[in-house]
Amino acid sequence: MDRRLFSAIALAACALCSTASFADTKPVMGVSVPAATHGWTGGVVYWANRTKAELEKQYPGMKVFVKTAGSATEQANQIQDLQTVNKIDTLVILPFESAPLTKPVAQVKGKGVFVTVVDRGLTDPGAQDAYVAGDNPGFGKVAAEYMAKAMGGKGNLVILRGIPTVIDNQRVDAFNEVMKANPGIKVLDAKHGNWNRDDAFKVMQDYLTRFKQIDAVWASDDDMAVGVQKAIEQAKRSDVKLVVGGAGSKDYIKKVMDGDKIVSADVTYAPSMIADAMKMTAEARASGKPMAASTIIPSVLVTKDNAAKYYFPDSPH
Amino acid sequence: MPPAPTDSLTPPIGIDPTAPAPARRGGTPWRQRLRETGPIAGLVLLCIAGTLLNPDFATWDNAMNVLTRTAFIGIIAVGMSFVIISGGIDLSVGSMAALIAGCMILVMNALAPHIGSPVTAVLLGMAVALVLGASFGLAHGLLITKGRIEPFIVTLGTLGIFRAYLTYFANGGAITLDGTLSDVYSPVYYASWLGIPVPIWVFAAMALAGAFLLNRTRYGRYVQAIGSNEQVARYSAVAVDRVKILTYVLLGCCVAVATLLYVPRLGSASPTTGLLWELEAIAAVIVGGTALKGGEGRILGTVIGAVLLSVISNLLNLTSIISVYLNAAVQGFVIIIVAFLQRGRR
Repeated sequence: MDRRLFSAIALAACALCSTASFADTKPVMGVSVPAATHGWTGGVVYWANRTKAELEKQYPGMKVFVKTAGSATEQANQIQDLQTVNKIDTLVILPFESAPLTKPVAQVKGKGVFVTVVDRGLTDPGAQDAYVAGDNPGFGKVAAEYMAKAMGGKGNLVILRGIPTVIDNQRVDAFNEVMKANPGIKVLDAKHGNWNRDDAFKVMQDYLTRFKQIDAVWASDDDMAVGVQKAIEQAKRSDVKLVVGGAGSKDYIKKVMDGDKIVSADVTYAPSMIADAMKMTAEARASGKPMAASTIIPSVLVTKDNAAKYYFPDSPH
Repeated sequence: MPPAPTDSLTPPIGIDPTAPAPARRGGTPWRQRLRETGPIAGLVLLCIAGTLLNPDFATWDNAMNVLTRTAFIGIIAVGMSFVIISGGIDLSVGSMAALIAGCMILVMNALAPHIGSPVTAVLLGMAVALVLGASFGLAHGLLITKGRIEPFIVTLGTLGIFRAYLTYFANGGAITLDGTLSDVYSPVYYASWLGIPVPIWVFAAMALAGAFLLNRTRYGRYVQAIGSNEQVARYSAVAVDRVKILTYVLLGCCVAVATLLYVPRLGSASPTTGLLWELEAIAAVIVGGTALKGGEGRILGTVIGAVLLSVISNLLNLTSIISVYLNAAVQGFVIIIVAFLQRGRR
């Protein structure tokens, strides 16, 4: 009995030693992302897990921990745990919200962890080593330029906005900036559909009641585009010739690929940016070379010609 | 255990099922009248304001749009009225609707290739939805009565559980109904009978049935008695637990019926489906004049409350006089004003 207990302790001690020495030489990466509560974050979680497998294969001995959080507070606790329990030396984080996570991330960085922040910049850039983000103004600009061209510079247009946030403001401001240069296009109204299919359905129904002639809809998100198209279908309105969503969900990329008459384009704001950030960080850590302080992943216009490149049928997004 | 002597001497106020509603103490007649007409007055005022702001508001098509989209919350609110009148609460209805929608779509998608007839698959899916709704309600009822846990806590727990399972089944994305099934099923939401969309008919039928059950049956009077004073009802030989469990089962079925109408609309369920429906349904019930502490309430009031809430957002969409950032504030103000108009005795 005693001997067995002793050997168990010895074994455990051995195991502890070996993981400790292991952690000293091989990079341990923590990845913290918001939980999958809608299509886009679902995509982020999918890409994070997929990249984890790729990286662990590519860099033998590297450990990657992917954690999801339901709120900013939970995420703050989580990165503390990653640091103290999992002993990470590298953190890739897509913050739930910028302000509440700035301090917790700065603390982790203060303990010598290399920090890459994704998508939502912290309020104090000193708390991060690198920043990888999508291009929100570009997201609005690319959509606006395509729509202005497709509409021939004239007609009536309505906008559905997301949840009131900085991201949404940047997109809509950039969109309106382009529309100012196209005086023939009248932006009738812009209301919040909260990146939600049901809300978008209601907002679009009411737009259709209110405006007798709508030529194009900037749904600004593929989930909202679903609701918009159902509302148009129900009202049996044929005046709407163009619906542009955004973020490149597989269903809408498929529509573009198949040459849909109404949905002729999409604009990417890829959840796979988490994958890019993880890969870049892993490479910088493995090679010891410095990583670019700021990397902006451009929002790209997807049309029938290049849609196949952006179609990922396995992704939940 | 025998009741304490003082309790048994307490006259059973408001539980005699045959007596008309007792006169409200301290409530002057005009106030009582205002109380009953408060929600409807609010709705009428809102509609007049709406017509002045945008003539399109008063069109038949818009009215049908508003009533159709009210149907989901309205049907759930009818069931919620019973739960609240009996002194309970259910916070999980939004998540429950989402999970039922998700399961239903998964079942239909899985069955369709084996059955051949898409109509049968849809019917089976609908049956699954109803069974799920009733079982979720039964689980709530049992945990609350036999398990003796506060309804707030039980349903707060299931609120998280239901939505998490939907998110898990959907892999964080959306669960979408297959093309042919979607075509077969879509008339349930989009078709009309006598010029009135199907969801409005279902909503009306559910509301009428609810009103009948609450006001014209013994069960309805028991529900009110329990909400009024559970101890007294228990001593009056009302099967309190059974009546309470049934209110949750009833609500579960209402949620399932709402889901039957919801799924054909977009043909998909995602983690944002039914978000905050619980608060909208509870608000509709309370705005409609039901006391949150239970004991009394009216189904017609609930229906008006539900319509009122969706008219507000409809009106805000039809006009641009108020900043879009303030939409939620307008709804909040109207809720408080209407609640003020129909406030009762303390």
